[in-house]
Amino acid sequence: MLRLIARRLAIGVLVALTVMTLAFLLTRLSGDLAISIAGPSATQADVEIVRKAYGLDRPLYVQFFAWTGRAMVGDFGQSYFFKDSVANLIQKRLPITLTLGLVGLSLALVISIPLGILAALRENTWIDRSVTLFTMVGQAVPSFWLALILMIVLGLQLGVLPISGTGTWQHFVMPGIVLAFTAIPALTRLTRSGMIEAMASDYIRTARAKGLSRARIIFKHALRNAAIPVVSIAAVQLGFMLGGSIVIETVFALHGVGYLGWESIAKNDFPVVQAVVLVLAVFYIGLTLLADILNALLDPRLRTG
Amino acid sequence: MGMQNKLGAAILAAVVLGAGAMPATAQKSADTLRIVMRDALPNIDPFFNNLRTGVVMHHQGWDALVYRNPDTFKLEPLLATEWKFPDPTTIEFTLRPGVKFHDGSAFTADDVVYTINLVADPASRVSTPANYNWIDKAEKTGEMSVRVKLKRPNPAALEYFALVLPIYPKAYREKVGAEGYAKAPVGAGPYKITKVEPGVSIDFERFDDYWAGSPKGKPAIKKMSVRFVPDASTEMTELLAGRADWIWNMNPDQLEPVNRMPHLQAVRKESMRIGYLSLDAAGRTGADNPLTKQKVRQAIWHAIDRKAIADKLVTGGSRVPGAPCFPSQFGCDAEAATAYDYDPAKAKKLLAEAGYPDGFDVELASYVLPQWGSSVQNYLHAVGIRAKLNQLQTAALIQRAKAGELRAYLGSWGSYSINDVSAIMPNFFDGGADDYARDPDVQKSLLQGGSSINPEVRKEAYSSAIKKITEQAYWAPLHTYVTTYGHSKQLDFTPYPDELPRFYLAKWK
Repeated sequence: MLRLIARRLAIGVLVALTVMTLAFLLTRLSGDLAISIAGPSATQADVEIVRKAYGLDRPLYVQFFAWTGRAMVGDFGQSYFFKDSVANLIQKRLPITLTLGLVGLSLALVISIPLGILAALRENTWIDRSVTLFTMVGQAVPSFWLALILMIVLGLQLGVLPISGTGTWQHFVMPGIVLAFTAIPALTRLTRSGMIEAMASDYIRTARAKGLSRARIIFKHALRNAAIPVVSIAAVQLGFMLGGSIVIETVFALHGVGYLGWESIAKNDFPVVQAVVLVLAVFYIGLTLLADILNALLDPRLRTG
Repeated sequence: MGMQNKLGAAILAAVVLGAGAMPATAQKSADTLRIVMRDALPNIDPFFNNLRTGVVMHHQGWDALVYRNPDTFKLEPLLATEWKFPDPTTIEFTLRPGVKFHDGSAFTADDVVYTINLVADPASRVSTPANYNWIDKAEKTGEMSVRVKLKRPNPAALEYFALVLPIYPKAYREKVGAEGYAKAPVGAGPYKITKVEPGVSIDFERFDDYWAGSPKGKPAIKKMSVRFVPDASTEMTELLAGRADWIWNMNPDQLEPVNRMPHLQAVRKESMRIGYLSLDAAGRTGADNPLTKQKVRQAIWHAIDRKAIADKLVTGGSRVPGAPCFPSQFGCDAEAATAYDYDPAKAKKLLAEAGYPDGFDVELASYVLPQWGSSVQNYLHAVGIRAKLNQLQTAALIQRAKAGELRAYLGSWGSYSINDVSAIMPNFFDGGADDYARDPDVQKSLLQGGSSINPEVRKEAYSSAIKKITEQAYWAPLHTYVTTYGHSKQLDFTPYPDELPRFYLAKWK
C-alpha cells in the first residue's frame, strides 16, 4: 500500500513539473507581453520601456529558472495588472472555486445516484430510457446555454435567485446546477451499470435467498459494491470541475480561480496564468491520487498492483 | 465568446418580446446607482491601468487641475484657478485654496508636484507613458503655485491635464504605498471610494466635503456600486431583471428590445473613436507591393461605401470623417482633404491603370467587429481585390502592425478623448511603428503643428498634412464609433461625445 502511494506520488510530482514547464512555454509562445501591458494605444517607445522595466528582455531560460525557483517555494511573483502578489490573488479567489466545485459535486451526486439506482432497478423500461435520455441531453447541452436559460427563468422571470456575482449562498445555486450537469451523465451511467452488475451477482442471490428485505439488499449490499467506481470517479470529476468551471465562473461573474485564469489569459498576465494552471493541475493530481488510494482501500485486489 | 453572445442576444430578445412587464426596481429608494461593466479594472490607481473603465472611475473619484466642459469642450479651472504659458515649454498653475482630499488632508502644491513628477518618470512604470512623456518636471513655486516644464511644446497640454492627470494626495500615498493605495485610494473628486475589490467591484459614496463651486458639482446620487460582469448576456440579463441600473457598450442590435422594456431606456452617442483602414504605402511589407501605388490606394478608398457602413452597420449617428481625424478635433480640416466618393467603376479603372486589371490578393487583418471587417472585405472583392480577412485579437494585431508586417488592417483609435489632432495624426504619420506612409512632408508638417502654440500656424501645418495624406490616400478613416448605453428610466443620465460617463452629473427622476 505504501509503495503504491509513493509511486503515485512520484508520478504526480513529475506531472506537476511537466505542467509547469508547459505552462511557461505556452504562455511565452502566445504573444508579446510587453505590448499587452503597454496597451492598445501605446507607442513603440512605450513598449520598449515596458519590456526593460519588467525584465522581459532577458533570455527565455533565465526567465524560466527565475520563475521555477520562486514557484517551488510558493512565490508566484507579482501580477502585471493587479497591484498584488499572485499568491494573494489565488488565495482570495480559491474559496469561491472550491465552494462552487463542492456545491456542483454534491448536487451531481444527489441527483445521479438515485437516478442511476432507479434506472438499474427498472432496467429496459420507460423509466430507464427516460433516465438515459436525460443524461444524454445533459451531456449535450452547452453549459453557457443552460446558464442563460436558468438566469432567464430563475433570475429574470421568477426573480427568485441573483443572476451573477457572489455574496450569499443563493449566488451559488444556479452555477452549481450548471456545473453539476457536467458530471451528472457520467455518474448516473456509472451508478446504473454498477447496480445492474451487482444486482445480478451471486451474493445478491444469496441475500435474497436469506429473505432480506428489498431495501436492505439494494442499499446495504448492492449499492456498496456499485459505489466503488462512483466514489473514485467523483473525486476525479471534482478535479475536472475545478478546472472546467472557467466558463461557468465567467458567465456568472463568480470571481474565482477559473475566471482569474480566463481574465489573465486575455491580458497575457503570464505569472497569473502559470500559477493558475499549476494550482489547478496540483488539485487534479491530488484528487486523482486520492481516487487511487480510495480504490485501493475499497478493493484489495488493486493494492498489490 | 462571439457566438455565445449572439445566441444570448437572440434568447434575450425573445424573452423581452414574450415576457411582458418586469419589475421596475431601480435603487432610487436606496439612493444607490448600480453600475455593471464588462471591462474589469484590476487596479483602480489612475496611472496604473490602461483601460477606459479606469479613466471613467478616476473622473468620479479624483479631480484634475483643469476641467473640460463636456458640452462646450472649453477648458475651465478645476483644482487650478488659472494658468499661464510664459514660454512654449513652461506652464504656471495657480492652485485652488480650501480643497480637501477624501482623507481630510488639504490640497497643496506638494500634491501636484508629487503627481506630475511621478508620472513623468519612466521608472514609475505608469501604464500609459505616452500620455506624459512630453512633461519634463514640476516644481513648487509657492504654497499654492506650481511650474511645469515641458520637454517640448505640447499644444494640447491642457487637454491632457484635464483628462488623464488626476492629482494624488502625496502624504497619504507615500504613507500607504502603491499597493495600499490601489486597495484604498483617496482623491479629491466628487465621489469617495469606500471599498475596492480589485477586478470585482468598487463602491463609491458622495464626498460631503467636496469643494463648493466645482463645475463638476456635488453629486445628486448618494452611492454608486460598480460591479464587473464579463459576459455580455449576463450583463444584459442583470439590466432586464432590474438588478443593474446602468450598463454601456451593448450590442447595437439590442437597443430596440431594451427600449421596448417599460422600465428601461437605451441611448447612444457618437464618440471620438474612429474606425480606420491602414494601408502599407511605404512598402514595409515588401517594397513593390500593390499598395505602394497611389492609384491602388485611391481605388481602395473609392471601392468602400463608407457611408453605408456608417449608416447601416455602425448606426446611431455614425459619420464618415472627411479627414484622418475626428471632426471636432482642433486642426481636423475636412476642407483641405481630397474627397473620395463610393465609385466601384472608378476603382476598377484606377486598378487597371495601376497595372492590376485583374486585381490582386492581400491579407486584411482586423480586430474590429467581424461584420464590419467582412463588409470591407466584400467591397474590396467587388472591385477585384481579393482580400483575405484575418480576425485577430487586438494585442496580437498591434504586435504585427508595429513590426511592419501588416499590408492592410482595420483598427480603431480613440485619441484618449483629446480634442486635438495631435492626439491622433502623429501616431500614424510621425515615422513611428504605426506609420505605414513614411512621408517626410507629412512628418514635417506634423512636427510644425505639434511644436507651435500659435493656432494659426498649427492650423496651416495640419491642413497641409491632411491635404497630402488624402491626396495620397495613405490611411483611410472609415467611420466614427457610437457608444451605446442602457439604463433605468428612473435615472436622468446624459451621455457625452467623449466616451466618459459622468455619474456625478446623473440624478434620479
